[in-house]
Amino acid sequence: MSYVRPKFRHPLLPTNDLGYTASDYEGSLSTLCAGCGHDSISAAIVQACFEMNIEPHKVAKLSGIGCSSKTPAYFLGQSHGFNTVHGRMPSVATGANLANRDLIYLGVSGDGDTASIGMGQFVHAVRRNLNMVYIVMNNGCYGLTKGQDSATADRGSKSKAGSVNPFESIDLCGLALELGATFVGQSFSGDKTQLIPLIKAAMNHIGFAFLNVISPCVTFNNNVGSTKSYDYVRQHMEATSTMDFVPMQTEITATYDAGTDAAITLHDGSLVHLHKLAEGWDPSNRMSAIQALQHARNDAKVLTGLIYYGATDTELHEVLNTSDRPLNSLKENELCPGKAKLEEINKGLR
Amino acid sequence: MSMINDFVVRFANVNGTGSASANYLFAKSIFRMGIPVSPKNIFPSNIQGLPTWYEVRVNEKGYLGRRDGVDICVSVNPQSLKQDVACVTPGGYFVYDNTKPLAAEFIREDITYLGIPLMATCNREYTDPRQRQLFKNVMYVGALSALLEIEFPVLEDLLAEQFAGKEKLIAPNVKALKLGIDFVQENFTYPLPMRVERRDLVGNHILTDGNSACGLGAVYAGATVVAWYPITPSTSVAEAFHDYATDLRIDEHGKTNFAIVQAEDELAAIGMVVGASWNGSRSFTATSGPGVSLMNEFLGLAYFAEVPAVLIDVQRTGPSTGMPTRTQQSDLTLAAYASHGDTKHVMLFPSTPTECFEMTADSFDLAERLQTPIMIMSDLDLGMNDHMTAPYQWDDTRTYDRGKTYSAEDLEAITRYGRYLDVDGDGIPYRTIPGVHPQKGSYVVRGSSRDEYAVYTEDSAAYKRNMDRLAKKWETAKTLVHAPQRYQEKNSQRNGVMFFGTTTDSAQEALDILKEQGYGLDALRLRAFPFNTTVAEFITSHDRVFVIEQNRDGQMRSLLTNELTVDPSKLISVLNYDGMPITAHTITDQILHHMQSAQ
Repeated sequence: MSYVRPKFRHPLLPTNDLGYTASDYEGSLSTLCAGCGHDSISAAIVQACFEMNIEPHKVAKLSGIGCSSKTPAYFLGQSHGFNTVHGRMPSVATGANLANRDLIYLGVSGDGDTASIGMGQFVHAVRRNLNMVYIVMNNGCYGLTKGQDSATADRGSKSKAGSVNPFESIDLCGLALELGATFVGQSFSGDKTQLIPLIKAAMNHIGFAFLNVISPCVTFNNNVGSTKSYDYVRQHMEATSTMDFVPMQTEITATYDAGTDAAITLHDGSLVHLHKLAEGWDPSNRMSAIQALQHARNDAKVLTGLIYYGATDTELHEVLNTSDRPLNSLKENELCPGKAKLEEINKGLR
Repeated sequence: MSMINDFVVRFANVNGTGSASANYLFAKSIFRMGIPVSPKNIFPSNIQGLPTWYEVRVNEKGYLGRRDGVDICVSVNPQSLKQDVACVTPGGYFVYDNTKPLAAEFIREDITYLGIPLMATCNREYTDPRQRQLFKNVMYVGALSALLEIEFPVLEDLLAEQFAGKEKLIAPNVKALKLGIDFVQENFTYPLPMRVERRDLVGNHILTDGNSACGLGAVYAGATVVAWYPITPSTSVAEAFHDYATDLRIDEHGKTNFAIVQAEDELAAIGMVVGASWNGSRSFTATSGPGVSLMNEFLGLAYFAEVPAVLIDVQRTGPSTGMPTRTQQSDLTLAAYASHGDTKHVMLFPSTPTECFEMTADSFDLAERLQTPIMIMSDLDLGMNDHMTAPYQWDDTRTYDRGKTYSAEDLEAITRYGRYLDVDGDGIPYRTIPGVHPQKGSYVVRGSSRDEYAVYTEDSAAYKRNMDRLAKKWETAKTLVHAPQRYQEKNSQRNGVMFFGTTTDSAQEALDILKEQGYGLDALRLRAFPFNTTVAEFITSHDRVFVIEQNRDGQMRSLLTNELTVDPSKLISVLNYDGMPITAHTITDQILHHMQSAQ
């Protein structure tokens, strides 16, 4: 059952420019296990949308099947949502996006939903540069069916039952980079100072924005020996940088050290400031990003932050040259060629 | 024996040699002379080098179904010589390229051989190897035009139309025609007993294929998002949509008022359709049986979550990969109950390209009215072959039925929106399109159980209420789908026949043949699933009903016995499932056999 959250609000809750409080971006009460990383990610989505003054009804949230895919019910209660079938969120998001290019598409998936059953659709959404945010809540296991290894479980990682995963893991960020993703980030559900600006930047990106968020499963994969446990990730995280997201038309007050910082301008003029860049890593260079991921993998580190950002590729609507107006808003007079034209067509077939 | 305007010509070609346009020129010229014609491609699942045939039935009575027996075979493929010689009916003609002599084993005493040096002549007249190949085809059309008395100006006009904008190609084509004509006039007695004579039997009909008609119907219906995966024989539906839309749907900034995506597979294709339809666009996919198998999962979701979708299934010969380039009506049970759990889907059965156009246009209204997938059950014969068919019609006052959708104003007037509330008692709830209202109307669509307010639930009573409402919606569907076509005012015969789709042409011919032999039968053409009440009444009012269909297992008969309270023993299957379009004689043989053994 989904429980509806009480409507009571403290009168002094701060509001954003649209007059919404952060609670206006919440959904119904989560039914996930207490301490689940996914709930932290939902909270980060709520906070990011609140701070960015996003109109909730202008967001369409989509998911597949699994624990992670339940979360759209738990955030943005005023947004339309589609909890699709297992591994097929990307295709539904593609169709939805083609129908109305004016909404923000927020896809939520899990490691099973993306890296196994949904791999076929995931890779094609990336290579089409579909304009959406795609968040994988990655816990390395199938939580809803009680803890089987997923394809992102690291080789050698130990399950709660004590078995050791013998297979190589799929690195979703590396894969997204290979496929030409234009925005690739990685984070940890327990690090909201990094996660919130990453989500904000992703939502401002035009094109496919991919976020792989390590999100420990407290019930089935939080044991000693697991490489997706809270303790392990905290101990092995290596931030590529710390970051700030600066929305368009906001005065920049902070000062940044030349040489160790990088500023990235998103399509709409917003800025992402990255501080304390890791040595030898350039977030605007795909090769450098791939290399950084490979190094981290070799060193058993979890590289986090904005891994890669590239502004050049065109998103799907531009490739298809579709109308600037949402296709779902077009009416008969714009869509139906009419009787006279049909007579001409008939004539050509006689 | 004179066979004016009543014969079958078969062309035996090698695929990939450009024969299609020459063969089409032949068929179209007869159509232009006012004589009903029905061409059929019998082609391999291959791009180049294998045998391919093109059969043209000329029939002034207007029988457009396939007929057994070939009166004239035009052979330009040495690979298939043996079967091509064998296919000619006694007294018929075998037109062949005699550049190389025909081996003795291919000589029959009961047919006439007309040897034309196609290759030698074209090698002499043309230097470019490609032209030599192409004009061989045009040359045999010229030869046939002399043998059958096809009017030369008709052919000239068709070439002029075909090469409009590339006028310099007209003269060499006309020359090739004349090479054929001249050779016939100098060497043979012509015309043949089977020949054409101008008539006025075509009226304002058009000659086109079902796939183009479906594509055009979708353009007229306002489809904006098309997702598809290439598969024979449905590929040309998406291509036709693309071509018509590129011509008719460009906005003032040169941008497209449509989006087409070639998906990564059929799962994704139907997923995109579901996503686009949920988001308020009219959207469709086109596929064939193997694709429908893959789409089952999403069809179940769309049924249960109540998302409109249009799927055009151009059926081919199954099971599995089957015969990809042959026809069948064998996806019926697959489509009717696609996906796990209690699911049922609406199907429409077009029988002509005109109906492909109309039903495709109607299917978008039905999909949005019923908030469920609608499947157009075409087939390879209908989809890929040209058919003489009534002209397309459109009423400019027609508006799209977007179904029960709440606008922002509607939502303002509602205290609490319930996505799955049966407000009107017809089982169809009201939907909202994402983004419609800042505070109202949002909900999460899901394939899991939910209550009337779209809130997830595992409550048995709520689940059952929802399933019962879906069953009620199914009853409503019966009143909205296309009613069957009846061929008589009232049922007066003891026996009846039922048929649907591309079986119609041959079934009508069979009915005439049976009538001549003293067997009168009432007839009914099914046009949609679920069946409306007329169908059960038709079965009840006859002692026996022959159900004619093109599959092995009598799938339509199964649907009839499954869905209706009728005596199954009354329903007798008449079947054709060899992959070739059904003929009238296949039908009459089986019905006569049954009638005579029952007497």
